[in-house]
Amino acid sequence: MDICSATIHKLAAAYRSGETDPVAATEAFLERIEKVDGKLNAYIRTTADEALARAKEAKTRLEGDDASILTGIPLGIKDLMCTRGITTTCGSKILENFVPPYNATVIERLRDQGAVMLGKTNMDEFAMGSSTEASCFGPTRNPHNTDYIPGGSSGGSASAVAADLCCAALGSDTGGSIRQPASYTGIVGLKPTYGLVSRFGLVAFASSLDQIGPMTKDVRDAAILLDAIAGHDGRDSTSLEMDPPDFTEFLDRGVDTLRVGVPKEYFGEGLDEEVGARVMEMVGVLEKGGAKIVDVSIPRTEHALAAYYIIAPSEASSNLARYDGVRYGFREAGPKDSLIDMFRKSRSGGFGPEVKRRIMLGTYALSAGYYDAYYKKALQVRRLLSDDLEAAFSKVDIIACPAAPTPAYKIGEKMEDPLAMYLGDVYTVTANLAGIPGMSVPAGLNSQGLPIGVQLLAKPLGEQFIFQAASYLEENNPHHTPKPDL
Amino acid sequence: MSDKDAKITKNEVEYVARLARLDLTDRETERMTDNINDILTYMEKLGEVDTTDVPPMTHAIPKQNVMRPDTVVPFKDTDEILANAPESKDTLFKVPKVIE
Repeated sequence: MDICSATIHKLAAAYRSGETDPVAATEAFLERIEKVDGKLNAYIRTTADEALARAKEAKTRLEGDDASILTGIPLGIKDLMCTRGITTTCGSKILENFVPPYNATVIERLRDQGAVMLGKTNMDEFAMGSSTEASCFGPTRNPHNTDYIPGGSSGGSASAVAADLCCAALGSDTGGSIRQPASYTGIVGLKPTYGLVSRFGLVAFASSLDQIGPMTKDVRDAAILLDAIAGHDGRDSTSLEMDPPDFTEFLDRGVDTLRVGVPKEYFGEGLDEEVGARVMEMVGVLEKGGAKIVDVSIPRTEHALAAYYIIAPSEASSNLARYDGVRYGFREAGPKDSLIDMFRKSRSGGFGPEVKRRIMLGTYALSAGYYDAYYKKALQVRRLLSDDLEAAFSKVDIIACPAAPTPAYKIGEKMEDPLAMYLGDVYTVTANLAGIPGMSVPAGLNSQGLPIGVQLLAKPLGEQFIFQAASYLEENNPHHTPKPDL
Repeated sequence: MSDKDAKITKNEVEYVARLARLDLTDRETERMTDNINDILTYMEKLGEVDTTDVPPMTHAIPKQNVMRPDTVVPFKDTDEILANAPESKDTLFKVPKVIE
């Protein structure tokens, strides 16, 4: 079998049939990373020794009877989830040498299941960016065309999954950072409901918006990975107190019970024609399957983007105040410098331009005299958007729309124009502001050979509807997404 | 953009940089002023929305304060934590002199 292209469920079955084992599979992935990742830069670092040690443990565990479906499955982990003893950089010079003294809850859960971490994947610095160009370790490239960005900020994880440099990966999504790169690289990416997955050990960007989620080769894998990481965690005070269902149970149920909303605000100005047409074609697939298609309206969509780019930088400016060169991270100071000089030099030398921009924007929005005009106003618009979505979800189970207004763009194209890059997040930020789940499902390639994604949104804890619709779309999709040729 | 249309001036950018504990070079300050002006001009959109009597939404999910039992748990990983410190002495973080 071709180990590296297998899904989680296929590889798990192959372990049980004896066709391959975790050590052989881990070696195959490490070899492929060695061979291919020079072209992509999907990984900041691989953890080969650690991975092989875990793979050996998994092999033994599979011989007993307490193995899980993730036992021995090689994964990529976005480099902003803390891994004990393994450098966690967030793509930033300021954390270049940070070795966490603890594991994130998601890492603990994957370890308990016997999953194997292959390495830490590249990302925009502190997850601030939509292209994975803003990493101090250099840009990641799109495996479908290496002149193009893979999307971001979880572009390393997306590129690694699409190029078969891991079986599946974890990303994080604050304004679209899982869904947009998933759509740009032709994979499945899910941002779960806020609070469904613990944020303990996730390096904070915007705490009221951040959420960890799966990035996978198919819809079933996304359900499998979500099953493993979801659930209450006492170490995250925003973690929901609930027992999540088995998400794989919602696959293959058909869509004839579903009501699917199509919001006109997601098909307006700025949307690439081919993307719009493809998404509507996918809506047609759901309709043919018996789903009821309903027009809905999210009037505050465009304003939500402006609100997002006040709220996220405001929270970031506060969260990133901790990087001061005292307890960990990069320090820069001359022999005669005061404490404040040391703070300034360490922060100025350690943060990249986009992170500085967002800290500045957030500090400004929160400063005396501007708080009401910007921050408070943005939080009020957030409420109105949330009301819009609540009204829409009283009529439908799912909203179907594009994940991004255009397919991937060329490396360097938007680096000089931050606002242009921000505008690309218009269809994704709504889910973070309202705390609802959203998934990007592959919808084939455009005429230039670049992937297109269709986004499915649901009400809070409505992941089941997303899995139901996504598995149907995957099964009945007329547009195949071929493996990238590398 | 002429100065009178500017949402934020170079002086204000320098002031905000001080608040954020960032040193910007002259070139960075100029670029930052341009970028933030573009972004704040876009933000004027927010003014179109009537938010009279709309309560601000600070969190995605309504959340009460979460309490846990206040129990002492011994912490053994001091060395691992200090290993990350740019400078430390015994079990303390070392910083430049604060008081002259």
